[in-house]
Amino acid sequence: MGTGQSKATMFDRIWDAHYVATRIDGRDLIYIDRHVLHDLHAPHAFEKLAAAARAVRRPDLTFSMQDHTVATKPGRDETTNPDGAHFQRAMREGSHRNKIRLFDLDDPEQGISHVVAPELGLVLPGSMHAVPDSHACTVGGLGAIGLGCGTSELEHILATQTIALRRPKTMRIWLNGHLRPGVGAKDVSLKIIAALGTAVGRGYAIEFAGPIAKALCVEARLTLCNMTIEMGARSGFIAPDEKVLAYLKGRPYMPRDGEWEAACQQWLALASDEDAIFDKEHQIDCGDLAPQITWGTDQSQTIAIDEHLPNLPQDADARMKMERAYAYMGLEPGTPVKGVKVDRVFIGSCTNARLSDLRIAAQIVKGRQIHESVTAMVVPGSTSVKRAAEQEGLDRIFKDAGFFWGESGCSMCAGGNGDRGRPQERVISTTNRNFEGRQGKGVRTHLTGPELAAACALAGHIADPRDYMERM
Amino acid sequence: MKAFSTITGIAVPFLEDDVNTDQIAPIPTKRSLKPDYREMFFHRARRLSDDQLDPNQVFNRPQFANPSILVAGRNFGCGSSREGAVWTMQAVGIHVLIARSIADLYRENCLQNGLLPIELPDEAANDIEHRVIATDGKSPFTVNLVTQTISGPGGADIHFEISAADRMRLLEGLDDIGLSLKHADAIAAFEAKMKQTSPWLQRAIRAPGTEPKR
Repeated sequence: MGTGQSKATMFDRIWDAHYVATRIDGRDLIYIDRHVLHDLHAPHAFEKLAAAARAVRRPDLTFSMQDHTVATKPGRDETTNPDGAHFQRAMREGSHRNKIRLFDLDDPEQGISHVVAPELGLVLPGSMHAVPDSHACTVGGLGAIGLGCGTSELEHILATQTIALRRPKTMRIWLNGHLRPGVGAKDVSLKIIAALGTAVGRGYAIEFAGPIAKALCVEARLTLCNMTIEMGARSGFIAPDEKVLAYLKGRPYMPRDGEWEAACQQWLALASDEDAIFDKEHQIDCGDLAPQITWGTDQSQTIAIDEHLPNLPQDADARMKMERAYAYMGLEPGTPVKGVKVDRVFIGSCTNARLSDLRIAAQIVKGRQIHESVTAMVVPGSTSVKRAAEQEGLDRIFKDAGFFWGESGCSMCAGGNGDRGRPQERVISTTNRNFEGRQGKGVRTHLTGPELAAACALAGHIADPRDYMERM
Repeated sequence: MKAFSTITGIAVPFLEDDVNTDQIAPIPTKRSLKPDYREMFFHRARRLSDDQLDPNQVFNRPQFANPSILVAGRNFGCGSSREGAVWTMQAVGIHVLIARSIADLYRENCLQNGLLPIELPDEAANDIEHRVIATDGKSPFTVNLVTQTISGPGGADIHFEISAADRMRLLEGLDDIGLSLKHADAIAAFEAKMKQTSPWLQRAIRAPGTEPKR
């Protein structure tokens, strides 16, 4: 797939390999190799497609997941969340009518699309992967370009198997140093946003590179790339390496019959040339990074666990924005973030609910009890993750500690299934958005990694996971 | 898609930066497949903590009851890819978004639905914000995509930039899928070529024996 020319970025290579034509309006048609749909947005596109009497061009390259509106309660069915039933039924009917493989509520491989697609090998390095959800960028961790899209674009992909885009600019974020114990990919992503802002990636595709990107395990790379949209970029990715090949080998939808070697050769050749020129480059030093947590209402409002909440700035606009965030979050400038009382802990979502996330949280929780004032839940990223975790006994560790152990789905990340907090509740969440009202009206969301979230559940207040790791 | 050329109507200022799609179109208001997109519009922002409409909130003020143009700050529409966050704007009559910057996915969703997204540099943004606040809904503003100008009380016409391709698409109200299907032969040729160079991309078939037990 490589162009053989020097000075090409990985993004250039993948884009050029998927270029189909240029439309009359100047947009490039880019081929979509895999298209994964979900219950919240696909029903509308199915309806529009039927109204226009258009067929799905490649149902064989399209997959459907029930994830956004599904209940997490054990023994669930589509009636458990009554508001979700219409979506799930329409998804079932639309998928059936269009001959699309559906991972339904009771499928042993159902789960959050961004978790399921990598674990089944539906994502291939160097592929263009579209989902009508902004966290499609997750799959960049495997060296694919994930494209979140709207409903009209989703309909367009169903009809044409292409997306009409203008080529974004390229950015490289170089991640230096090496991570200390208790610090993971989520902390790195929050640090990037704290340093560069929530709009730094607008108009760009971001390549993460440097010693930290290389050192992260594949699941952690998925976490980092998942947060790319929170930097304002539609896609973020890491060059595939031997770790990615080892992760993918033997997964159900992988190439085989003698094609595996050829595929690997192409994938390893995707990496940006050493002299490749990016439109923009940033360097972030993560060498002395401590666990990170958001304190406000966007992801740039992030601090390290051992820091004090920031003082109000002089600039009037910045001050007003910060005052509003403090008022919403019920916090005071200048006070330590550690020790703030916590009501609810959520470990889940496409950001941090893969097996490695659950393992690291379980290590902290093991043999302990959650604080009596805390409600805590773990929602595995997929039913396969759930099964694997149960085989390792992680479910027992969480349940014995007092956590709710749920069925897989998006759950509290966006609350589309009814899992929400109550007004003014302080929620420590391993998800991706701390926007006002995202997890329920008035809910005060703090984003963090699974280690820190687990520590908060035990302590009943915002706590440093490293204090719980010394005894391990 | 309906063709866009010019709009004259009330311009409403909502100048916060980083307005996200959870503010514009909260998910809990999407309870059915055909939700009330008027009701969805900034559902929480328009309400007080007791769920009553806040009469002082800008969208609830009588002079802004039927807005055509929304004037916003930086990074408007960040967050999710939900297109409902554009449909809800159109449901209340907004057909032009003027902002200092617009999030990529949101801008794309605007173009898909014939809502004109305009990004202005700081000087022009300061000018229009000032004038829209001063006008306070008493007189209309006009946005003309043919001449690429914004005009209204309090000053000279403001020129805005938009790519020729996006401008044409909006002016002609092009059917996006129809436009792409003109290249159906190129798509088929691409697939044939990909089958040769990277056949695994053209085939998503499960290996036998990998189905989990039910």
